[in-house]
Formats: sequence, C-alpha cells, structure tokens
Amino acid sequence: MTSTTRLDPLIEYLLRFGDTALVLGQQLGAWTGHAPILEEDLALTNVALDLVGEARAWLSHAGEREGLERDEDALAFSRGDREFHNVLLVERPNGNFADTLGRQFLFDAWHVLALEQLSASSDGRIAALARKVRKEAAYHARRSADWVVRLGDGTETSKARMQAALAALWPYVGELFEGDDVDAEMVARGIGFDPAALREPWSRGVGAVLAEATLVQPSEGWMQRGGKRGLHSEHLGYLLAEMQSVRRSVPGDLW
Amino acid sequence: MPKNARAVRDWPLWEIFIRSDHGLAHKHVGSLHAADATMALQNARDVYTRRNEGTSIWVVRAADITASVPAERGAFFDPAEDKVYRHPTFFTVPEGVKHL
Amino acid sequence: MYTQMVDVEAAGAASDEQRRFDEKLDRGVTIEPKDWMPEAYRKTLVRQISQHAHSEIVGMLPEGNWITRAPSLERKLILLAKVQDEAGHGLYLYSAAETLGVARDELTEALLSGRAKYSSIFNYPTLTWADVGAIGWLVDGAAIINQIPLTRCSYGPYARAMTRICKEESFHQRQGFDVMVKLCAGTAPQKAMAQDALDRWWWPAVMMFGPPDSASPNSEQSMHWKIKLFSNDELRQRFIDQTAPQADALGLVIPDCELRWNEARGHYDFGAVDWDEFYRVVRGDGPCNRDRLRARVDAWEEGAWVREAALAHAEKRTRRA
Ligand SMILES: [Fe+2]
Ligand SMILES: [Fe+2]
Repeated sequence: MTSTTRLDPLIEYLLRFGDTALVLGQQLGAWTGHAPILEEDLALTNVALDLVGEARAWLSHAGEREGLERDEDALAFSRGDREFHNVLLVERPNGNFADTLGRQFLFDAWHVLALEQLSASSDGRIAALARKVRKEAAYHARRSADWVVRLGDGTETSKARMQAALAALWPYVGELFEGDDVDAEMVARGIGFDPAALREPWSRGVGAVLAEATLVQPSEGWMQRGGKRGLHSEHLGYLLAEMQSVRRSVPGDLW
Repeated sequence: MPKNARAVRDWPLWEIFIRSDHGLAHKHVGSLHAADATMALQNARDVYTRRNEGTSIWVVRAADITASVPAERGAFFDPAEDKVYRHPTFFTVPEGVKHL
Repeated sequence: MYTQMVDVEAAGAASDEQRRFDEKLDRGVTIEPKDWMPEAYRKTLVRQISQHAHSEIVGMLPEGNWITRAPSLERKLILLAKVQDEAGHGLYLYSAAETLGVARDELTEALLSGRAKYSSIFNYPTLTWADVGAIGWLVDGAAIINQIPLTRCSYGPYARAMTRICKEESFHQRQGFDVMVKLCAGTAPQKAMAQDALDRWWWPAVMMFGPPDSASPNSEQSMHWKIKLFSNDELRQRFIDQTAPQADALGLVIPDCELRWNEARGHYDFGAVDWDEFYRVVRGDGPCNRDRLRARVDAWEEGAWVREAALAHAEKRTRRA
C-alpha cells in the first residue's frame, strides 16, 4: 500500500487531525468491557466516543473539501496505513492501564492546545469544528491528568508502571511539536498553527502534573517521527486490518 | 498479574444527586463507586449524564457533600447534546413494523 | 448510606411488621431500603437483581467483540454507546442491590468465582457483524419485554433502576433492528449474514424467558411479592408474537417450521424449545461460558493494582489535608 502522490496540503492537514482522533478512539474502544472497574468502562468509552465523533467531523470535512466523493467512511475504511496521517504517539499499543492513561495524558495536553490554536483559524469552518470539540478535550485532559497523579503518587507498583509507561511513550512526543512543509503552508495561509509554539505551554502543563504525581520527566533523547507523513510503526497495520475487516471482506454500500 | 492482597477493599460508595435543566432541585439518581470526590464527580458525569440529563451534580459520601463547579459546566455537559444516535427516535423504522 | 433494617432475631414481633409489609404490597406501595421486609424477600431480591446486573456486565462482551470492527464510523459510535449503556445498567442494578445491604465487591466475587448466574444467552459467540444486529433486535427486544413489567415491581430502588434502563433499551433494540434493515436491503452476502445471525440467535432468545412455567418452582412466591409480574410462558409468547411480524418485514425466515399464526388463540404457535440445551448452557457448557468468565476475571485481576493505587492516593491526600 503506497501513496507517493502528495495530497493537497489542506486535505493532508485535516487528515492528520482526523486520523489521530480515529486511531486513538479505536484503541480506547478495545477497553470497553475490560476496564479495572465498571465506572472506568463508562469513562473510557466516553473518551472513545468523543474521539471517534471528532474523527468523523475532520474526515467528512476533509472529504468535502477534497471533492473526490470520499466520505468519512471511505477515508476511514479504504485507505492503507501509508495513507494515514496520525501522529505515532496514538498508535502505541494499549498496554496496561498506565500505558493507556499515560498515552492519553500526553496526547490530551497537546490536543487541548492544538484545538485552541485551530479555534482561531482564519478558516471559519475549521475554527468552528475545533471550538466544538475543545470542551470535550478539556474534560479528557483533566481526567487523564488526575489518573497520572493517582497512579504516580499511589502505590509502589503503580508508580513504577506509570514511570515505565512515560519512558516508553516519551520518544513519540517530539513529533507533536515538529513542523513540516504542510504546517508551514497552513501557517502562511492563516489556517493552521506552528507546532513548535505549543512545546513550551505543553511542557509547562505536563511538567506540573508530573511533579504533583511525584514522577520524573524522562530525559530528552532521540524522537521518532513519520506518522504525519504516512510512515508508521508496525502497530498501525494491524489496527487498520482489524478496523477495516468487515468493509473489506463483505461487499456492501450501506451498513 | 500478582493479586494484591489488599485489593479486596472496594472503592467507597457515593450517592449521586443531579439537577436537570428544568429541575428545581437536585434529585437522587443512584450511586457509584469512586476512590475520591473528584473521581466521584467525573464518574457521575460519565455514568449518569450520558444523555445530557444534568447541569449540576452533587456527590455525597457519608456526611460530606461535594458539588460540581458551575464554571465547569461547559466541558461537563455540552458534549452529549450532539449524540443524537443515543435516542431511539434517531432510527427510522420501516412502515408497518411495530413494537420497536 | 443505607442500613439493612431486617432483624431476623425479632421474629416474634414480626407479625405486625409482616402485616404492614403485606398491606403495602396489596396497595401497590413500594418497599424502600429502610422498610422492614421478610428476610426471604430480601435474599430473593439480592439474587434476582445481582443476576440481572451480572447479565448486563457479561453482556458487554459478545457485542464489545465487534466495537473495533464496526463497518462504519457511525456504527462504531452507536455500538460504543450501546455497550457503554450496558455497563451503566449493570452499575444501576448493583447500586439497587447495594441498598439491600450487600457490597458490590461481594456480588462481583460471586460472579467471578462462578457461583452466581447470568443470562445464558451471552454464552453464545458473536461470529459476524450481523450478530450485533440480531442481539440488539432479539436480545434487547426480549430484555425489554422482561423488564418493562419490573418498572412496577414492589422494591423501589429496583423499580427505579428498571425505569431508567428501559428508556435506554429502546435505543438498543432500534439500533439492532436498523442494522438488520440495512443488511437485508443490501447485497446478497449482507442478507445471508443477517439470516445466519437470526438462525443462530432465535432459539437462545426464546430461551431468555427461562424454563416453562411447569418447571419454574419459585415463580409463585415471586409473583406474590410482586418482583415477578408475568409468567415465563406469558412473556415468551409476547416476544414471539411481536417479533415474528418484524422478521417478515425484514424478509427473513425464523428457524422454526412450526411457527404460524393461530387465529383462534390470537397468538403464534411455535415449536418445542430444546430445554436440554438451555440447561447445558446454564450449567456451564455453552460455547463461551469459560471465555466470558475468563475475560471478567482478567479485567478484575489486572485492574487490582489500579483500584488499589487510587485508594492509596486518596488516603495520602486525606492524611496531608
Ligand atoms: Fe441492558
Ligand atoms: Fe440493552
């Protein structure tokens, strides 16, 4: 599955947000029925619902702007992994509860800031879309930060697991703040934002929570990148194979 | 996964009171388990307002009463408004089909 | 916050209280947590409500199996919301049981150790996407028929939980039927998938109402207590009467060659239920009994350190404050 022809930058930009929300929502959906306590089944599912809902909004908007008659489902179920533009962080596996909540926490902190920026986009429809999901994202961020604090400052076991989760996830946060030519063009057109500008407020917010959680921020090392451009880890292929299996094996337009 | 010997301890039970948009007073809607008050409020939001049923939550454990912060109303309650698929009327039933 | 007020020792004085309890039942006044109640009534309620709660929880698994594979983003949202509702139902029901003086942990322990029962329909596998449709249509449809009468049952917290649950179940049944409508109007493989799902889920759904009245010994007492309002066979007939025309509307065939409308009775006649299969699955030999229980045990045990950490953190906070 290759995609050498570059998309229109605006479409790729929208797909980045849509795919990121979709992949994370898809992963959280796997927790439903298997969470540590019943209340958490409901809570994690709510986050999954919000993210898949957000993905629908970005993807259908991308399809509309693209004008090639690809609707949200065509985009979600008919593209291969090289055509997905999500950041690598969200395709890290669910792992244990600390891995999932750690991933969520690092993502949520960025998500809120990104949506804030997009809310001020010169593109009215993108701004409206971002404003609509911003409140949900703010709630997610509060919830995941609370969990990081509970696990970090909980028991010896939970602290070790949360610390290990952070260490494993850290190489994937760099991509969140790395701009490329698509970002540059979106900034130039007043549509998007410079990812590098989010790093400082993100670090401040994340740092405060980690301190409260008595956790140590992992040291900066090599940062993995590629997701935004369609170059993924091995995990995404399996995730998509599962997600797309019914659509790809049974002929049908309406489901 | 090692089984923690102390894990038999259940999270405490909280009673949940919700005031709906048109409600005059907080109404008891049920209970749930949570380790602390913040979690009880968040869980109450996730458990008892999935269909946009509330605008204010109180969680009560023993003699304590903790109320949700009015300023957080937006993030707490607005999201459910557009989840139309949660309501049965979202689905059109073919003509002649009854008892759905 | 509720205390169990049943005092078995005071049996001598119970005649007065028993009379007041019976009077309430007669007048249709609900029994509330702090009211006096016969110990047998309390025990039966705990068993019935917790079995019901366990069914909601185990019931998340067969459909949850398809969340990651739902064939459209909208279907994924609907299924997430539906399975999440079932978690909510379990939670409401455990709450109702807790008003009778049992902790949720004790009930969970009974489920995980295999002592407690849950609805045996969830011991069948979900093999295709159409099973999600069939479960919503048939299993939630049957659940509604079972549950609507219980909104008027004698125990207040149970009745109120059922009222809340029934409102949500109607969304469940409709979304399931809607899956079937789309499949039946779709391509030949889609329609075949729908028929295959109906073939596999029909009889287990018919069995959901429990053994025939002739083999259901506890029914009479429960009906007197108003925690059971119609007999198993009455409810089963109601389910078949309302579902058969729906299958016709879908263009699907119910796998019962004896199923036909009986003008004289004003009901559908139907074939013999394989009660041997029913008891076999109840006893633990359904296709998925072990897998279902394993999944619940795993979730509970793998979550132990998380629950413990949250408690430890709350205690640290309290100490610091
Ligand atoms: Fe249910
Ligand atoms: Fe249901």
